[in-house]
Amino acid sequence: MAFLELVNVRKSFGASVAVENFNLAVERGEFVSFLGPSGCGKTTTLRMVAGFEKPTAGRIVIDGVDVTDTPPNRRNIGMVFQSYALFPNMTVADNIGFGLKIARRPADEIRARVEELLRIIHMSEFGRRYPYQLSGGQQQRVALARALAIQPKLLLLDEPLSALDAKIRASLRQEIREIQRQLGITTIYVTHDQEEAMALSDRIVVMSRGRIEQIGTPFEVYNFPATRFVASFVGTLNLLQATVVDAAIGLVSVEGQSIRVARPLTQHRSGDAVSLALRPELIALDGQINSEVNRLSGTVEDVTFLGSIVRVRVRLSANKLHFDLFNNPQLRPPQPGSLITVQFAPEACLVLGEDASPAHPMSASAAQAA
Amino acid sequence: MAPLTQTKTGRATVEPRAFSWTWLGVAPFFLFVAAFLIWPTLSIIAQSFLDQDRRLTLRNILELGRPFIVSSYVYSLQLSAVTAIGGGILGGLLAYAITIGGLPRPLRDAVLSFSGVASNFAGVPLAFAFIATLGQLGVVTQWLRSVGISLYPAFSLYSFWGLSIVYIYFQIPLMVLIMAPAFEGMRREWREAAESLGATSWHYWRYIGLPILLPSILGTMVLLFGNAFGAHATAFQLTGGGSQGNVVTILIGAQISSDALANPGLGNALALGMIIIMGVCIGLYTWLQRLSARWLRS
Amino acid sequence: MLKRFWPWFWFTVGAMYFLVPLYATFDFSLRARRGELSFAAYANVLNDIKFVESFWFSFQTALATIVISALVIVPTAYWVQLRLPRLRPVIEFFTLLPFVVPAVVLVFSLARTYSRTPLTDSREGLWVLLIGSYVILSFPYMYRAVDTGLRSINIHDLTEAAQSLGAGWFTILARVIFPNVYTALLSGAFITFAIVMGEFTIAALLAQPAFGPYMNRLASSRVYEPSALAIISFALTWAAIAAIQWIGQGAQARVAGPR
Ligand SMILES: Nc1ncnc2c1ncn2[C@@H]1O[C@H](COP(=O)(O)OP(=O)(O)OP(=O)(O)O)[C@@H](O)[C@H]1O
Ligand SMILES: [Mg+2]
Repeated sequence: MAFLELVNVRKSFGASVAVENFNLAVERGEFVSFLGPSGCGKTTTLRMVAGFEKPTAGRIVIDGVDVTDTPPNRRNIGMVFQSYALFPNMTVADNIGFGLKIARRPADEIRARVEELLRIIHMSEFGRRYPYQLSGGQQQRVALARALAIQPKLLLLDEPLSALDAKIRASLRQEIREIQRQLGITTIYVTHDQEEAMALSDRIVVMSRGRIEQIGTPFEVYNFPATRFVASFVGTLNLLQATVVDAAIGLVSVEGQSIRVARPLTQHRSGDAVSLALRPELIALDGQINSEVNRLSGTVEDVTFLGSIVRVRVRLSANKLHFDLFNNPQLRPPQPGSLITVQFAPEACLVLGEDASPAHPMSASAAQAA
Repeated sequence: MAPLTQTKTGRATVEPRAFSWTWLGVAPFFLFVAAFLIWPTLSIIAQSFLDQDRRLTLRNILELGRPFIVSSYVYSLQLSAVTAIGGGILGGLLAYAITIGGLPRPLRDAVLSFSGVASNFAGVPLAFAFIATLGQLGVVTQWLRSVGISLYPAFSLYSFWGLSIVYIYFQIPLMVLIMAPAFEGMRREWREAAESLGATSWHYWRYIGLPILLPSILGTMVLLFGNAFGAHATAFQLTGGGSQGNVVTILIGAQISSDALANPGLGNALALGMIIIMGVCIGLYTWLQRLSARWLRS
Repeated sequence: MLKRFWPWFWFTVGAMYFLVPLYATFDFSLRARRGELSFAAYANVLNDIKFVESFWFSFQTALATIVISALVIVPTAYWVQLRLPRLRPVIEFFTLLPFVVPAVVLVFSLARTYSRTPLTDSREGLWVLLIGSYVILSFPYMYRAVDTGLRSINIHDLTEAAQSLGAGWFTILARVIFPNVYTALLSGAFITFAIVMGEFTIAALLAQPAFGPYMNRLASSRVYEPSALAIISFALTWAAIAAIQWIGQGAQARVAGPR
């Protein structure tokens, strides 16, 4: 049985529904991220797990115990807030030791544990400082240590890095992940940054408008998005208007150029209007892939130098297409205005229905892969 | 207005051309403050060390030791302390109730704007409001009599406790006005973080809520203390003024209008004592403010 | 809900403390005629020529105070922000001094210091002292309000824009800065107005025919009229405060609302 279970959880504020039909099972020691756009209900769900909000309906079970009606101070859950929420009147050491003090643990045990945690977060010399004497990144590390001090069953982090600048964000997220692995603590991590979710998680829960769109490993969510929403939210995606030519053999056409996809289009009929989704990094200049390939030709419209990558925008006639080249000082990048042909494998193609229906050939393989 | 004199000099460039010219811009303000506040106050302070022939003396200061003056200072200090603490506690609880107590938002707005009015309530209107309430024929007095409790003759609105009750009327709203923002500055996450670490409501207030708020609470109470200590109109109205055994402000007021006390130097010394006490209040208040501002900066 | 018991309890206690005296005053003010409720006391007050005179006197004094205070504070606050930011703590200190020097000490000092000068020997001189004290009392409110108002607009850019169009300092202050801090100024002005209208100590000790001393005199000679006066004065203060809030909301709407 899973360590944390949310069963048919629903939360409404008055007439508006924030979270609906939420079912999730998290294994012991697992690192799960909630990913979704602003207002999709990530925080609300997390706060229900922590006990700050009571579900309108449904159950929350931790380690086999139904905690739906347990107040937050008896759930033994560590929580890290976006705004750090360190107690401003206490030193770093007192902040970290607060939970143990409340639990009336002996003073030397508290001292030892605080020192150990300070070492874990690499802040041993900072124990006597006050929060206002720390940088944002340091404050968030202290907040993490404070949450871990009580040896919680579950660690919840609500966008812990979003108030920090990019450099610290990257290093701190690695640190969080290492500490989590080291302690083997079951963790839920809320973010709206898909790169962060990918880098950290064992599994990602993609949410939209209060509902779960997909649960899967970063690999699955990125390569085999279950819905049109997931496909467009996670990573950059080219969406080309296409028409099904032959559903049985998986043939579509984009502005008259025919494209072969890897599988038969079981959910579509010939003549249907569909979207063809392509990741920019799976598209190459013509001639670089030698197996069976699709080709598209158009005019180079714009070339953006992004450092290690050069992103090229190609205009067909109605559609636009981005693709990436690795930077190479020996090769001149394509010039705007020139004609160009790109190629990509049939396996790179996702066919999405016109509405938000979770219908395309790859979802079948995703299910098989899982 | 000095800025006008700058029309020619300061126009060509945005940088101050000459140090001295720039300072002229604030001259009107300082002239005004000097003429109507600093010079008179300093001269009173200086004069309290001078006798009638302008010779240095400590006699005026020593005169402050006269029993009726000492008792008057003691009376004022006690009154200020009692109303600062009473008004501070009641006002603090009210501020708590309307902010993080979770009462409906319109109540908060109503109490705050009412407090803006009531904190300026003093003198005749305030005195008569309480005469109509707790005077011999007051509404509350009569109501209490009807349930068998007679306030009089044990109680009098003109006594220490009567005056305290009246003062608290303007102390509560001042406390509310200053403390409401402080309560609103208490972040919800602090409470939630504490709860997730196992703290109960008591733990939260004991270790986090009160320690964070304490400097503001004490500082505001010090301000209330000064507010009561400097109050004149209400006491004058209720006690008739001029009589002995009264608050210090009335003694000082009496020094202007009459020559009740033969020695003019004494009035200066009275004022000096008052300025010192108020100065200590503001100093204490500033220090406590800084204490709480330090924490809340992050 | 039991959870909200204490907040409601303390709110009720506070509300009683605030409202019962007001209710009692109002009730009392209606009993000028034996055996019936009437507005006779109000009529008596409003028909008293002394009431009208003292009210008018205080009204003029309040207006003069506000105008002088604004003329001193706006250029000062502007200049300090533009050129002398180091001076801000000093100015703040001086505007806070009226809390250290209570009204009674202030008027005592003024009377002593300027005794046997034209300022204390004539009616006009005393009026100048009165207004001067009131302006000092208004500084904490006016400076705070104007300083906040100035901070919300970019006075550097406004000043340079005006200068580049050839405006002199007088034009900048009168045509650019004043209109932009108008709202802030008004809120400071209304507090000043409320304070001056009800002020007793300074006016009485300078023997001025103001509204505060008038109330005091009336209180010693009449029974019901003072209560009516108390209600009138309370309503007046309330109106001033309401005006501040109304203006504040208007300003917000102007910033946030559709253009
Ligand atoms: N206390 C509340 N009362 C009413 N509505 C609320 C409340 N809390 C959240 N909501 C609503 O519930 C929805 C989900 O909010 P939630 O805070 O969970 O979003 P989120 O996914 O965390 O977004 P973000 O990335 O911006 O933090 C939003 O539409 C929000 O307006
Ligand atoms: Mg959120």
